Amino acid sequence: MEMVVFLYFAGVIVTTAGLVVALKNPVYSALALLVMFFHVAGLFVTLHAEFLAIIQVLVYAGAILVLYLFVVMLLNLKREEHFHHQWLVGLFLGFVLFAEAALLLLKGHATLGKTEAPAQLAQGNTESIGELLYSTYLFPFEVASLILLVAMVGAVILTKKGIMEVKS
Amino acid sequence: MEVPISFYLVLSGLVFLIGLVGVLIRRNIIIILLSIELMLNATNINFVAFSSYLGNLSGQVFVFFALTVAAAEVAVGLAIIIALYRHSASINIDDFRMLKW
Repeated sequence: MEMVVFLYFAGVIVTTAGLVVALKNPVYSALALLVMFFHVAGLFVTLHAEFLAIIQVLVYAGAILVLYLFVVMLLNLKREEHFHHQWLVGLFLGFVLFAEAALLLLKGHATLGKTEAPAQLAQGNTESIGELLYSTYLFPFEVASLILLVAMVGAVILTKKGIMEVKS
Repeated sequence: MEVPISFYLVLSGLVFLIGLVGVLIRRNIIIILLSIELMLNATNINFVAFSSYLGNLSGQVFVFFALTVAAAEVAVGLAIIIALYRHSASINIDDFRMLKW
């Protein structure tokens, strides 16, 4: 049963990821990515990471993708006719990397069974992550807030008219 | 039936490669950013799978940080795209080669 669920999620994720790259219209690409985000969230639920599943839906599907769609609609793009002229090189590079990964997987013995039942089940997933986040990872957490602040200021400055214009 | 962790590794490797190929072969900058999102999601799948299989929650915390960085990257990246579009009314990657020789 677990295998069937995993194969469903994995199949949809890989298919929609391929669609994101293959579709010509950016709006359709973004919508394919939306489906992929939901299925990644489903995969997280099967891995007992419920908090991250919710965050995935809220942040990725709710915030990031809406931002993408806004920009796509704002720019009113015409569709792109061809791939990059280096697409053969790109495909070749991807194939080589895939072959390397497959070789490594086949050579190594990828047996990492469940070590023990996750000990955090006494508490909920969210509580455990919160405790870890506010004790062990407190400093990275604060740095993350700084990153968000910098990104916010940067986005405002980059898009504001009259600051970045070339004086000519 | 238990899913072995190598299945998750193969899945995340496939998604990462699709994202990489997308970055290399597409010319629309928005699609390139979407492909970067694909790659970030592939690493997230990897982190969560290992975190679940090792019974260690640190992996999930790192996914949280990766999400933060992804959000920041998208905000700045889309701002750059809008600035580029204002500059030259195009977001085709072939039109922006002034930093090349």
